[in-house]
Amino acid sequence: MNPKITGAVARRVLTQLRRDHRTLAMMLVLPCLLVSLLWWMFDRNEQVFDRLGPPLLAVFPFIVMFLVTSVTTLRERSSGTLERLLSMPMAKLDLLLGYAIAFGVVALVQALLAVSLTVGLLGLEVAGPLWALAVVAVLDAILGTTLGLLVSAFAETEFQAVQFMPALVIPQILLCGLFVPRSALPDVLDNVSDVLPLSYAVDAMQQLQRLEALDNDFGLDIAVIVGFVVAAVALGAATLRRRTG
Amino acid sequence: MMNSMDAATTSVVEVSGLRVVRGGRVVLPGLSTTVPAGQITGLLGPSGCGKTTLMRCIVGVQKTQGGSVRVLGEESGSPALRRRVGYMTQAPSVYDDLTVRENLRFFASVLGAPGARSDTVIDTVGLGSSVDSLAGRLSGGERSRVSLAVAMLSEPAVMVLDEPTVGLDPVLRRQLWGTFAELARAGATIIVSSHVMDEAARCDRLMLMRDGELIADDEPASLLAHTGAHDIEAAFLALVDQEARP
Repeated sequence: MNPKITGAVARRVLTQLRRDHRTLAMMLVLPCLLVSLLWWMFDRNEQVFDRLGPPLLAVFPFIVMFLVTSVTTLRERSSGTLERLLSMPMAKLDLLLGYAIAFGVVALVQALLAVSLTVGLLGLEVAGPLWALAVVAVLDAILGTTLGLLVSAFAETEFQAVQFMPALVIPQILLCGLFVPRSALPDVLDNVSDVLPLSYAVDAMQQLQRLEALDNDFGLDIAVIVGFVVAAVALGAATLRRRTG
Repeated sequence: MMNSMDAATTSVVEVSGLRVVRGGRVVLPGLSTTVPAGQITGLLGPSGCGKTTLMRCIVGVQKTQGGSVRVLGEESGSPALRRRVGYMTQAPSVYDDLTVRENLRFFASVLGAPGARSDTVIDTVGLGSSVDSLAGRLSGGERSRVSLAVAMLSEPAVMVLDEPTVGLDPVLRRQLWGTFAELARAGATIIVSSHVMDEAARCDRLMLMRDGELIADDEPASLLAHTGAHDIEAAFLALVDQEARP
């Protein structure tokens, strides 16, 4: 691994993103619009907004970053530049980390925008500290990015990458505790939800919403999310092949 | 780059018993050859004959099912070779949403080449006036020249160029072949594929390929003498006819 090369990849991806206004708008503005829509839906029932707001602040950035990252990364494969890079003195982890850093920067901006809007303008109220809300939102966006990086390794075309969205993301949304508390799920599904990353993201948000002081459970959720992020990057690097058929 | 003394004594690429199967089809049944140093070796044959697959094996990006490929004494694709082998794929492998300069600067930092080297290779491929254009806005020929410039960035000892002159105008083609000749004189080993037989005359050595096998491996002049043909295309046909006879 070489930090110079990792940095060069991150800078390059950011330059490409800066030129792609539509993608940038999707990443930065769309989660804000979705949260605003939610607020409007529950205009007459603020308590529902307060209950659904924090978990959805975890879910929206996660989905958007997952989608954008998996498709964007796939372009590298289809353009032949991935093969070229892997024939050069570049560690696989340099590439994955470079992407993760670039999209992580965008994820950071995105999550901060969405949290400021939700708390500042839309009047979302949570019991826990606001900085923690921002931290969890940023982490979830980064989680979406790194999982997107990972699945793009298993797709040949952009169309296939998009197919991962209903296959891998929607079940996580259903089982993450947003619709039914996880403890109220049938045992099998409860166990399944235990191994899905989004469950921990939503759980952390729900704790923030209820508890003034953060406890060990919150720390555990954060640790699990970080664990998924690290594992996704490592696995993503491991699945890259310098030689192909 | 290699110096000329090395060039006189070593073969830079040694392929032995190379077997590649792609999608259930045997592309290279068991190919053996060597490529001498400091020369331009032309790899000629119809499309689908295995030229690209052989080049991918030399670069070390192709899965193989048997045999060995050694480049500069190392196993192809080994980490020690990644800066010493330059590769230009058939389709231009550059970023369409970056400018010519940004493309070169990026690959230069991956290769650890000095930034000034980017400007040198941009001039070499004649793209000095388009440095700030997005690669995606360039014509097909210009984009493949960006790709060629990337292959030259690290001043590699071995350059593997897959159809580098496709779709270029004759003046530019002549200019690029001049560049290849200069690089070879400076000690680089250049392997160029083409399906245009008239480019063969510019090579020091020719490998004619058909159905994954080499049907000739010789200097252009002696290939003509040997087959009694007056151009490479006729020589190719003569060799195919010879093989067909029992």
